[in-house]
Amino acid sequence: MSNKLIFELYSEGRVGYRFPEQDVPAKPVSEFISGGVKREKAASLPQVAEIDVIRHYTELASKSFGVDAGFYPLGSCTMKYNPKINEDVASFPEFADIHPLQSEETVQGMLELIYKTTESLAEITGMKWGTLQPFAGAHGEYTGMKLFKAYFKKTGDTKRTKVLVPTSAHGTNPASAHISGFDVEEVQADERGLVSVESLKEHLSDEVAGIMLTNPNTLGLFEKDIVEIAKLVHDAGGLLYYDGANMNAIMGKVRPGDMGFDVIHLNLHKTFSTPHGGGGPGSGPVLVGDKLIPFLPVPDVKKEGDTYVLDCSKPDTIGRISGFYGNIGVIVRAYAYILAMGSDGLKKASEMAVLNANYLKERLKATYHLAYDNTCMHEFVLSAETMKEEFGVSALDVAKALLDKGIHPMTIYFPLIVHEAMMIEPTETESKQTLDHFADVMLEIYKKAKDNPEQLKAAPVLTPVKRIDEVQAAKKPVLRWISE
Amino acid sequence: MNIPGDLKYTEDHEWIRVEGSVGYVGITDHAQHELGDIVYVELPEVDMEVEKDEEATSIESVKAAAPVNSPVSGKIVEVNEDLEDEAELINKDPYEAYIFAVELSDPSELDDLMDADAYKEFLEK
Repeated sequence: MSNKLIFELYSEGRVGYRFPEQDVPAKPVSEFISGGVKREKAASLPQVAEIDVIRHYTELASKSFGVDAGFYPLGSCTMKYNPKINEDVASFPEFADIHPLQSEETVQGMLELIYKTTESLAEITGMKWGTLQPFAGAHGEYTGMKLFKAYFKKTGDTKRTKVLVPTSAHGTNPASAHISGFDVEEVQADERGLVSVESLKEHLSDEVAGIMLTNPNTLGLFEKDIVEIAKLVHDAGGLLYYDGANMNAIMGKVRPGDMGFDVIHLNLHKTFSTPHGGGGPGSGPVLVGDKLIPFLPVPDVKKEGDTYVLDCSKPDTIGRISGFYGNIGVIVRAYAYILAMGSDGLKKASEMAVLNANYLKERLKATYHLAYDNTCMHEFVLSAETMKEEFGVSALDVAKALLDKGIHPMTIYFPLIVHEAMMIEPTETESKQTLDHFADVMLEIYKKAKDNPEQLKAAPVLTPVKRIDEVQAAKKPVLRWISE
Repeated sequence: MNIPGDLKYTEDHEWIRVEGSVGYVGITDHAQHELGDIVYVELPEVDMEVEKDEEATSIESVKAAAPVNSPVSGKIVEVNEDLEDEAELINKDPYEAYIFAVELSDPSELDDLMDADAYKEFLEK
């Protein structure tokens, strides 16, 4: 496999096209393009033949890794299979070939789909209504925090400047609260790995706007005290935000709305099987309970008789948070998935996701240290701490060794409350054979760590790029090719 | 694990070396070891007021970003600018590579900190 960039294949005059003979009089470019807009120097585009271009892209494709290429147990990210029927539906010209500036009456089908997707997601989460506009999970969190702000501004309760997050929270939670102008306070986890109700009580006051929680939490454990937590926060005048990152564990089983949450975001690219990774495109719909509906972003899709309309007439809205209506193609895919699965199918998906995670946990826990030994939900966290002490092999080395086996590594060094964390989420779409293969590989890596740690520290050796220098990659990344 | 006897320590793994009314603050050998290769140190601004046990700044390693709390209250009077280009100095010698210096507003706060023996015991717990 060549590691050459397309720029390095350059050969002066080599082209992949031929223009027809010119049959009109020639005119200089400056007659068409004037002033400072015209390039002074030719762009240094690679001069290559068509076959070079094809090989270049084929090679890039063969180097990339996704769910379609192999097992991808990246904890917290729910890398489930993306059914190809979603792609079929999204490519229907009625969805793919419309424009956001078309008039409402010409896009009734799309508006109906937006309306019904919102309705379905509200039903699945136990909320009342929402917006599909946010482009990703963190954008959903930001929208949720704006809703917190707007709510307290309306009620005149403006001294509520603090947002609580548990120590096991996703890093995006404190970041979203902070960027929305709140001060962040951490609530401790107890020995069970769950939110400490005692610690929560100490933090609650009339200055607290609310709490951001993930349930199940980032350790893959269900927050059993959630009803008590919700009551305490509500009694203190605060609101509850649900980070939907781990929704794949509970669909059809329990609903955040019923747990007492006021706002939730979902990650369609996790739970609802739309493509994920490589930077997106993501989608992070936000759903709310009754009291936050007036503040939702505009435009909202409303149904008037048999007609769907875009409604911008919300006096208390937080405004627009997307140029048009979010990553619409992703929303079409998610709706296709919801319809294909049905309510029983979604419930079964969550059951299988939890079963698969518990199966892997049981196969690995006698060998690897299990941070919190309890029945897990859709993911669990192992720790390489003892391994590091005994053999000098870290979570990073285990992750690198998996690359040589054609498996995408699990999430490492997160959550932060577990040292040398390895967070594993198999998802429901993997067979027992795949799970067993992964467990066997993990056990083999452990044996190698014990017998031959130096070999593991050199991994990966079978990938196009070997072990990278992470310090240099973070400090002095080489991001573009520069001609000599 | 290297724990010099002439420093004071916090439970968040910062050390402080007091010279007159100024305390030099860095992170301990244990902390740099846990964080792994440090790639970036955010230096606080000189003249900024800091509170005891409150976040003064943060450092980033290949694994994570971590807050650095000030062990004492006071005003930042100096920052270690060498760390701007060479964050790895903290990995090389965590007790030489201080991050910032604070002019102590209440020297009695030092009494709350651990000495080397207490910190060693704290780590072993």
